[in-house]
Amino acid sequence: MLVLIALAVFAPLLAPWDPHRPDIKKILADPSRAHPLGTDQLGRDVLSRMLYGARVSLAVGFVSVGIATVIGIALGAAAGYHGGYVDGAIMRLVDLMLVFPRFFLLLAVLAFLRPSIWTIMAVIGLTGWMGVTRLVRAEFLALKEREFVIWSQAVGASGFRVVWRHILPNALAPVLVAMTLGIPAAILTESGLSFLGLGVQPPYATWGNILNEGKDTIEIGWWLSFYPGVAILITVLSYNLLGEGIRDALDPRLRQAVGRIVTRGG
Amino acid sequence: MLTYALRRLVLAVPLLIGITFISFLIIHLAPGEPTETMVGDMRVEAAAQARQQLRELYGLDKPIHVQYWSWLTRLARLDFGRSFSPDGRPVLEKIAERLPVTLFLNVVELGIIIAFAIPIGVISATRQYSRFDKITTLLVFVGFATPDFWLALLLMILFGVQLGWLPISGLRSLNWEYMSFWGQQWDILSHLLLPIFVATVGGLAGFSRYMRQSMLEVVRQDYIQSARAKGLAEHVVIGKHALRNAMLPIVTILGLSIPGLIGGSVIVESIFAIPGMGQLMVQAVFERDYPVIMGNLVIVASLTLMANLVADLTYGLVDPRIRVGRRR
Repeated sequence: MLVLIALAVFAPLLAPWDPHRPDIKKILADPSRAHPLGTDQLGRDVLSRMLYGARVSLAVGFVSVGIATVIGIALGAAAGYHGGYVDGAIMRLVDLMLVFPRFFLLLAVLAFLRPSIWTIMAVIGLTGWMGVTRLVRAEFLALKEREFVIWSQAVGASGFRVVWRHILPNALAPVLVAMTLGIPAAILTESGLSFLGLGVQPPYATWGNILNEGKDTIEIGWWLSFYPGVAILITVLSYNLLGEGIRDALDPRLRQAVGRIVTRGG
Repeated sequence: MLTYALRRLVLAVPLLIGITFISFLIIHLAPGEPTETMVGDMRVEAAAQARQQLRELYGLDKPIHVQYWSWLTRLARLDFGRSFSPDGRPVLEKIAERLPVTLFLNVVELGIIIAFAIPIGVISATRQYSRFDKITTLLVFVGFATPDFWLALLLMILFGVQLGWLPISGLRSLNWEYMSFWGQQWDILSHLLLPIFVATVGGLAGFSRYMRQSMLEVVRQDYIQSARAKGLAEHVVIGKHALRNAMLPIVTILGLSIPGLIGGSVIVESIFAIPGMGQLMVQAVFERDYPVIMGNLVIVASLTLMANLVADLTYGLVDPRIRVGRRR
């Protein structure tokens, strides 16, 4: 997975061709020595486009999960720490968002916003925070009864300080797992949206929209439809394995809690 | 039980209204208007005038709360308005002709997922680290990570283009009307094989994983030990004592996963050109057809709420400890 990130970061150095420059002499060329993964319907090098696409996909994964995590921690902490009607209101909101068919909502929103990398990140992040909220709330409910928290409250620490310094660090383990498993889900969602033509717009390459373009030439240029999918598969697989690994390493107790709350994105 | 179901139904109404309000707000506050696409390539002055008229016609010039209220009151009478697209047909009619297809696909998919995931999960859990367990675990991870649209493309290349065994788009062939009865059935089935397979893979992977985990926890419990100690046959211990307990979390996850399943039909329907809700949604989104988008959201959200209700009621059936009627 580090290799994937490195490939994405150093894409400009590694890419053998300019990903946006068409070459009409080489439209839909077979994979060859010059173009290891062939060229697309405008004669652009697929390998270079995929390297640049990796940047978009990984960035969308990280940023949208980042947004979701920040919202999730804030709401989860508020709900878990305060309890009462704050908790009630936030959890009703979570329920409401959970029954929402997320993909339909994403489509509806993206129809009216101009799709760009930033809107995609924001929209995926803003519709994906419910799992983290539930996790953080559950941790807070358990932790706020513990001695060290009660002690710090007793010596007069402010509410914010208690939450920030004492409870939150202890509640982060399951969040880390949820984040690791959330990134591949976000990448899948982004590529699905781009595939439908509602994600990141051409000429910018993402794995999803290369596949979208490949779909039209499926009968003559199989490589356009094949390699980006392999890239998505490998990326998602490695994050999922990493997430499972972290989960097992951190705490066997978490196994079920996270597994139940994080469901497949989309 | 009945009172519980009724109470849940009543509680679902504010939830539904909340959902419609949020989506209405997002859709109407977002920049861009349907009138832009409608006037298309008119001259500038003419376009501005035409847009103003269109706005008045559809009430888009009024403040947003007025628009929402009029939409909601019409909704209460099951009037979803008319589509903005050139055919101008009632939204309800458009959805009604597509709903059965999507519903059918999702029910079949759910059936297949349950039918396969439970045995797979049970077998991998009871024979943990066996060859079967290792192979299915590997397949589960790969299945989980495979983008459904990509799998669809690959299968279309293989079965549709290379082998030519299966049709790759639509619901029925052009000469469908001239086929025999069984020929017609087979024709529709052959059109649906690939879409159903594609839509099932992700869910199947997830569920067999959950089933395995849930089963692994249950078989370590004391009551399983005592069931064995009583001298019960292994298949009774697993099939009766363990399975019922392991099913509990699965029922909950099933309810939660329904939005995802319906969402997945968007992609599958678009790729295989199946005339269902998902395809309608994508078309409406490209045309900025407010009434159709909102109608779709309402219908899909209500379906999800109902499915959740069914899941909760099933929970009560599976687990007699939970007496839903007397809770709270």
